[in-house]
Amino acid sequence: MPAVQETIEQVRKIDVDQYKYGFETKIDTVKAPKGLSEDIVRFISEKKGEPAWMLEWRLEAYRRWVNMTEPTWAKVDYPKIDFNDLYYYAAPKSTEGPKSLDEVDPELLATYEKLGIPLREREVLAGVQGARVAVDAVFDSVSVVTTFKDELKKAGVIFCSMSEAVREHPELIKKYLGSVVPQGDNFYAALNAAVFSDGSFVYVPEGVRCPMELSTYFRINEKQTGQFERTLIIAEKGSYVSYLEGCTAPMRDEHQLHAAVVELIALDDAEIKYSTVQNWYPGDKNGKGGIYNFVTKRGDCRGDRSKISWTQVETGSAITWKYPSCILRGNESRGEFYSIAVSNGWQQVDSGTKMIHLGKNSSSRIISKGIAAGHSQNTYRGLVSAHRKATGARNFTNCDSLLIGDKCGAHTVPYIEAKNNTAHFEHEATTSKISDDTLFYCRQRGLSQEEAVALVVNGFVRDVLQQLPMEFMAETQKLIGISLEGSVG
Amino acid sequence: MLEIKDLHVKLADEDREILKGLTLTIPKGEVHAIMGPNGSGKSTLAYVLAGRDGYEVTSGDILWDGESILEMEPEERAAKGVFLAFQYPMEIPGVAGFTFLRTAVNAVRKARGLPELSTPDFMKFVKAKAERLNINTDMLKRPVNVGFSGGEKKRAEILQMEVLEPTLCVLDETDSGLDIDALRIVSDGVNSMRSPERAMLVITHYQRLLNHIVPDRVHVMVDGKIRKSGDASLAKELEKSGYAEYQSKAA
Ligand SMILES: Nc1ncnc2c1ncn2[C@@H]1O[C@H](COP(=O)(O)OP(=O)(O)OP(=O)(O)O)[C@@H](O)[C@H]1O
Ligand SMILES: [Mg+2]
Repeated sequence: MPAVQETIEQVRKIDVDQYKYGFETKIDTVKAPKGLSEDIVRFISEKKGEPAWMLEWRLEAYRRWVNMTEPTWAKVDYPKIDFNDLYYYAAPKSTEGPKSLDEVDPELLATYEKLGIPLREREVLAGVQGARVAVDAVFDSVSVVTTFKDELKKAGVIFCSMSEAVREHPELIKKYLGSVVPQGDNFYAALNAAVFSDGSFVYVPEGVRCPMELSTYFRINEKQTGQFERTLIIAEKGSYVSYLEGCTAPMRDEHQLHAAVVELIALDDAEIKYSTVQNWYPGDKNGKGGIYNFVTKRGDCRGDRSKISWTQVETGSAITWKYPSCILRGNESRGEFYSIAVSNGWQQVDSGTKMIHLGKNSSSRIISKGIAAGHSQNTYRGLVSAHRKATGARNFTNCDSLLIGDKCGAHTVPYIEAKNNTAHFEHEATTSKISDDTLFYCRQRGLSQEEAVALVVNGFVRDVLQQLPMEFMAETQKLIGISLEGSVG
Repeated sequence: MLEIKDLHVKLADEDREILKGLTLTIPKGEVHAIMGPNGSGKSTLAYVLAGRDGYEVTSGDILWDGESILEMEPEERAAKGVFLAFQYPMEIPGVAGFTFLRTAVNAVRKARGLPELSTPDFMKFVKAKAERLNINTDMLKRPVNVGFSGGEKKRAEILQMEVLEPTLCVLDETDSGLDIDALRIVSDGVNSMRSPERAMLVITHYQRLLNHIVPDRVHVMVDGKIRKSGDASLAKELEKSGYAEYQSKAA
């Protein structure tokens, strides 16, 4: 895998303190004035050249949001966010409007190269044999480029930025946007619906197996700027798509807000595999700075025998509030959630999933691996429920936590609701500590303390790692190692 | 040459001395055996040689190749050729034997200034050695030591030793838990590693092992000290008379 190897090398070279993606790109930007109001919503909509119906949809969300309050039930602790002290839109000046790769600012291309995300299709082709990945790169509030569009088009797959989808495919957007996560779903989802700037859109037509991995790469660059991307993936009957999302941000003293929404829709016999490698800046070793990551991700297994599988590797962010969920509406539909959440320093993670069984004989599987080090707090929060009509629903849940050191905490909060007596739910949970004897054993064999921790942790998360697309496994193992650097004193 | 000079070791968080002035020299090319009653400090010596936390060296020194290793981290000692076959090898869930071995070999090679082995080269190298130790390579696809029988764990330790090519081998009760055939196979493995560049310290309770691995010297350790040293025949004597004589002396 030369491309992956190269990526690892490149990432290794970007040596900024602990966090390897912390550099800033100096680039001219267009920003909305600070703060949030109906005018700002109009400003964003106008910047994107949106039709009136889209603006109306946003304004409705904004009006709901104004009357909502922030949720406080998660086990995370942070000072109150002043939503009027943020910028809600920032775009590189040079990329207003759609662009082909040749016209993209070289400074931006260089940024992605530095991050190990090859955007030039020729290079991608040269680098990876067999495995090709189409990338949509989102820089602050806008999508800067989407690769491999033509080839995907031949297969009938639409892969483009949200802004483009609103313009080019209004019928699909009108039909599906907000159909899984409605505008008023929760505080952050409403905020996102009002001000979302860009994100990715995927449509896979009936019976089509998407010919390559799709991937979006999110990068926050601008100061004091929130990122509110929105992703929508529709898999028509009998289709298949695998999608990967990656994220990084520069190191900054202040906290930055990220509130994304992802909606997935799988129709009869369709399958969506959604993987995330989240590595937003986690803050420094004293807990200063870092991204607040408040994300709503939900998949709707709308059709019979449809399947949605979430795999997430969460290593970044100061605060993570995130519960990728599945609504198992179709009969015999299947939901899966595989999660690795690593927290170190002063990071706080409250993450998990919801499996809502509505269809008969629907099944779900949850494998969650939490690793807490330093002073971090790592909570798994999950809900499994079976509706009265969901006869024969089955769930298997396994939550394991690994503690490194004695100043961190791991917590498991499972909720189970079965409204019919044929539902069968199983739940297993363990908490263990990484043992000094195991580390000594590894070090006796020549591994450094950090290599030993990385090895043991990668073993701990193996079941989940195997769910990731092959091309990302090696990189993810490295990332987990990097995230835990300095975790044992 | 390994030189242990008047070594005093206590537990780090307890006021209890375990090694009480231990002196021992093993020239390269020789195999020495240590025998002694339970709790006399044999494993403690092995751990202190390898640099495990939890012990405090209050006086004395350990020199390997003329250099004190007391201040070195365990991995630095490993890079300098120190290997310990554990009395109780650890299990590492989720980490395949091959992965563990490759990570270890490459870490040690890197520290020794050698290039990393390519995956095919490494596989060839390991498979040949595994075969000789009668280890099915399928076992190396399983997580390290997880669900291994006692004897399988011990054989796996010897495989690791052969693969890492250390110069100071410390074997802590590697014979316990081995059946008769495995004992011979493991002994053959150890014997094949005897070389003028290598010093070995074999800790055992049974003279039986020393029929296979014939030691150059045998030491009797009681209550944290070497009480008597002799040639291979000393082990046979001990088999008959036990440690009573030395224990009364210690008391
Ligand atoms: N980490 C420790 N904490 C507490 N006591 C310890 C520790 N390590 C060693 N000891 C004690 O030191 C003494 C020597 O132990 P050690 O394991 O070295 O003996 P041994 O000679 O290897 O015995 P055996 O033949 O049973 O393996 C024992 O009394 C043991 O309980
Ligand atoms: Mg012992």
